[in-house]
Amino acid sequence: MSTAQQVLAGPAIQSGTSRVSLTVIQERARKKKWRTSIRAWMLLLPSLIFLGIFTVYPIIQSLISSFYKDDLTTIQPVFAGLSNYQELASDPVFWESLRNNLLIAVVTVPASILLGVALASFSNALGKLGKTVTRIGFIYPTFIPLVAAANIWMFIYTPIYGLLGYINSNWRLLADGKTAIWAIIVMLIWKQAGYLMLFYIAGLNGISKEVFEAAEIDGATGFRRFKAITWPLLKPTTMYVFIIALTSAFKTVDHLYIMTKGGPGNATNMLLFYIYQTGFDYWNNGKASAMTVILVGILLIVTAVKFFYDDRHAYYN
Amino acid sequence: MMKKLSIGDIFYRSLMWILMAVSVIPLIWVIRTAFIPSGKALNLFALAAPTLENIRHVFETVPFLQYYGNTILITLLVLVVQLVLVTFAGYAFARMDFYGSKVLFVIFLAQMMIAPEVLILPNYSLMVKLGLNDSRIGIALPFFASAMGTLIVRQTIKTIPYELEEAAQVEGASFMQIITKVYVPLLKPAFVAFGMISVSYQWNNFLWPLVMTDSVSKRPLSLGLAMFAMSFETGAQWSDVSAATFLVCAPLLILFVVFQKQFIESFVHSGIK
Repeated sequence: MSTAQQVLAGPAIQSGTSRVSLTVIQERARKKKWRTSIRAWMLLLPSLIFLGIFTVYPIIQSLISSFYKDDLTTIQPVFAGLSNYQELASDPVFWESLRNNLLIAVVTVPASILLGVALASFSNALGKLGKTVTRIGFIYPTFIPLVAAANIWMFIYTPIYGLLGYINSNWRLLADGKTAIWAIIVMLIWKQAGYLMLFYIAGLNGISKEVFEAAEIDGATGFRRFKAITWPLLKPTTMYVFIIALTSAFKTVDHLYIMTKGGPGNATNMLLFYIYQTGFDYWNNGKASAMTVILVGILLIVTAVKFFYDDRHAYYN
Repeated sequence: MMKKLSIGDIFYRSLMWILMAVSVIPLIWVIRTAFIPSGKALNLFALAAPTLENIRHVFETVPFLQYYGNTILITLLVLVVQLVLVTFAGYAFARMDFYGSKVLFVIFLAQMMIAPEVLILPNYSLMVKLGLNDSRIGIALPFFASAMGTLIVRQTIKTIPYELEEAAQVEGASFMQIITKVYVPLLKPAFVAFGMISVSYQWNNFLWPLVMTDSVSKRPLSLGLAMFAMSFETGAQWSDVSAATFLVCAPLLILFVVFQKQFIESFVHSGIK
């Protein structure tokens, strides 16, 4: 309820006058809203402190740092205008990392989402034992660290001795620049689909049974029913899950540390990992800050675009 | 009444079960390799009696107990603080009409898209300035506020009828009492669902602890595992690496398998849709 409604619903003025002026009501509403605001701000204060220090301030800090030259050759950071950005524009590793990251995002996000909803639908239609088995079987990768997953998949991809080596001992999946990134993409989808499946199980359960029954009476079943009814009703879940998958595509780089360190020859390098290398291996703070700004920019732009697109197309809620 | 299965149905179901096998095979392989004598590890079809030798070897080589302690400390610290903070923030956004609510909400949303790890560089410099580098609390600090948790609590509270709060107000309950006595009990599914996400996030976090720890005594499990795995070049050590991997994954996996039904139920009954 908005503050104005609360005031109108509250006790009337005691002075005895039978007419209550609009300005008096507005005055009371304003006073009440101030009281509520102070309370709300107190409740939000702890969270805002941490968000301010560890999200907002670092973004601003990165922006400022990106305009300074700050690496092993400078004792103090020196103002350098756009030179970091210019350096990035001509840095082939940056562009390759960006390309790889975009490829990973474009493939893993839809694939994980589609798998997530397919697996959730499949699991929901099974009996009790089937549900338990499929849920555990598909969702468990969510709960292991990516470095552990990287270990396991590194073995699977190991030439000759690895699991896949049994199928074809000539495969050098992680050593070959062309296949390495796809091998990683498969692992990333394996790791993420179950997590999204979890959200979709909740989403599917949120759709009332009557909707499905009505569809069945009308003769719509299987894929048609899914496309026309289930999928649109899952819109809120899909939006939520899209953000999770998208941010994941940019921020999960743990596996690179163990598996390929970005290689072979930067074929698997990703933006955040290159930021890590530039900042912590090469100690070039200015350049790494510029990249951080770009990464933040990408994330903000994509989410903004998605929100506006969905806003215009959402009729249901 | 048996539904007739079309070819499409059969194809679809087989595909799903094949995917299931693909999903589960890595886990089966890890468990098998962790418990099989190291000589037989590489021969995929060898059968042998399970042995705890690999696990024992890992514990001897590497201070795994220290790693466990560190990870548990960080995970619990973050979880407890988060639960308090997201309850307050979630309530404020769900029930209160206040100045600046839209702007503040956007700031929260920003954290959903831009996780502390993305800002790894500036956050690390900040930690150094605060003298908190190479500390476990430094690892935990950036995660105390959680946009996702706040959203989950907010969604869940919105599904709770306002009348409950009104009834408590009529009985003269104070503001804090309303939150703790009326809402907290009803937020249990949200807490479980979010708790799961938070625990697995912190337990498995890697890049941030990587830059934040220098000394072995502060190292969490994920780092310990990575260091351990990288110190081996040849295939013969896969049994040790698998044993270490198993040790890191086991606690969460066991929790998940045992409480799987409750966890998923909590997702369904919290406001997540």
